[in-house]
Amino acid sequence: MDITARRKLTNRVALALSLGAMAFGVFWLAWILWDVLRLGVGGMSLQLFTVDTPPPNSAVGGLRNAIVGSLILVGLSTAVGTPMGVLAGIYLAEYGQTSWLAKATRFINDILLSAPSIVMGLFVYAIVVSRMGNFSGLAGVIALALIVVPIVVRTTENMLILVPNSLREAAYGVGAPKWQVIKSVTLRSARAGVTTGILLAVARIAGETAPLLFTALSNQFFSVGLLEPMANLPVTIFKFAMSPFADWQRLAWAAVFLITLGVLAINIIARTYFHEEIKR
Amino acid sequence: MKEGLASVLAEREERGTQQDKKVLISARNFNFYYGKFHALKNINMDIYRNHVTAFIGPSGCGKSTLLRCFNRMFELYPEQKADGELALDGQNILAKGVDATDLRAKVGMVFQKPTPFPMSIYENIAFGVGLHESLTKSQMDERVEWALRKCALWDEVKDKLGQSGMSLSGGQQQRLCLARGIAVKPQVVLFDEPTSALDPISTAKIEELVSDLRTEFTILIVTHNMQQAARVSDYTAYMYLGELIEYEETDTLFIKPKQKATEDYITGRFG
Repeated sequence: MDITARRKLTNRVALALSLGAMAFGVFWLAWILWDVLRLGVGGMSLQLFTVDTPPPNSAVGGLRNAIVGSLILVGLSTAVGTPMGVLAGIYLAEYGQTSWLAKATRFINDILLSAPSIVMGLFVYAIVVSRMGNFSGLAGVIALALIVVPIVVRTTENMLILVPNSLREAAYGVGAPKWQVIKSVTLRSARAGVTTGILLAVARIAGETAPLLFTALSNQFFSVGLLEPMANLPVTIFKFAMSPFADWQRLAWAAVFLITLGVLAINIIARTYFHEEIKR
Repeated sequence: MKEGLASVLAEREERGTQQDKKVLISARNFNFYYGKFHALKNINMDIYRNHVTAFIGPSGCGKSTLLRCFNRMFELYPEQKADGELALDGQNILAKGVDATDLRAKVGMVFQKPTPFPMSIYENIAFGVGLHESLTKSQMDERVEWALRKCALWDEVKDKLGQSGMSLSGGQQQRLCLARGIAVKPQVVLFDEPTSALDPISTAKIEELVSDLRTEFTILIVTHNMQQAARVSDYTAYMYLGELIEYEETDTLFIKPKQKATEDYITGRFG
């Protein structure tokens, strides 16, 4: 076999292998999405948004309390975790850089980033829930925020590092002090990436169950009080899907469908926003 | 090569350089280090107000390094150190009490690649001005227009001041960066190979601006293009391996260089 034929063969084999791997991945993903769609769509109704989670075997039932609870938990933990994460990311990329404090922070942040979410749940259980004496929305917010922070720190730092030094020099060149350079030039030119990181963090915590099991737990009634247990979609799915009641199982699938749809929407928004900004 | 430069020199307009030779910047026993590497060795020179001074020399000779000392840009990198004296208007800018942001308001800079800020054309210029002066909206409008007109960009952008600075072409971006620099009304403008990323037409426009702006600003330009140095400058400094080999009026340096090394470089026998 001459060298050209061998090169072409190698090329075909490599292409076939990568196509095969892609098809394998997409197959499972499509199956999951199809099942979510098939089983979830049946549970869609207006009731879902107007009626709270029902006792077993009742005629009507929805997910209002869980939907509102999830929105509160995700919204508040993002609001708390994002500024902390962005500021820490700025510190690492612009101030700390290679100092020992920055190196240590980066190392710990990477550990947090890969820590199983159940660890966050147990940690918050130990320091908040066990001391307060009851499960609460507040504990849930803290646990989710602890997941948000390391993700946002990482993406913010990475995006700031990508900003070319020539742009920083140009800003210093007109006599800008460091905080102005960061605020008006560096952070601004990295904003698409930073925003994308935040949205992906939101998508990540939207479906987290383990940290909420130990913190916000669940609530079969409608409640927005942060000091009480708070209903939310993931734990409701966990509870209802494991139950023997057909109507609860139907609601669990509807909740799965809602979360999937929400996460998909956030991902699409993040990606299109990122591309729009890059083009500008 | 030398004949080519001579014709470039002959073509450029007769300029009244000799009258008022007032020193604005002076370097005395100036040394610079990248870590342990001794990058600039004992530089002594006087740079004249309202003239264009060009720095030429082969890559790595230290010309950009020297330029970045005049606005203390090197300070952003902790391993870079300068010693000796570098005076602007008689004041040593390397002295402890001199604030780098104030200095950079007096010494503007245009870089090799156009670097518009991620904001509108208007804001690109207003940003620097707002850092050092508090102007009313109409004063700021005036300043922005003044700077853009000075850089021959006003007519091209006056209808789209709100658009992103990144939406302009490379040559326009570079003129925007120049406008941004002079809008702060500095005494000195540093150009670090300002045309090396531009097409010939944009290059010609920038060169024309450099010549025009010398009536109001003192201009230092680093270039690896000798014709460019001959076209735009009044004085030229030839540097090699961190040393200032020869510093003369541009005509003298290109036509009757005193040093053999300078002659070898400008005639293309070396470099």
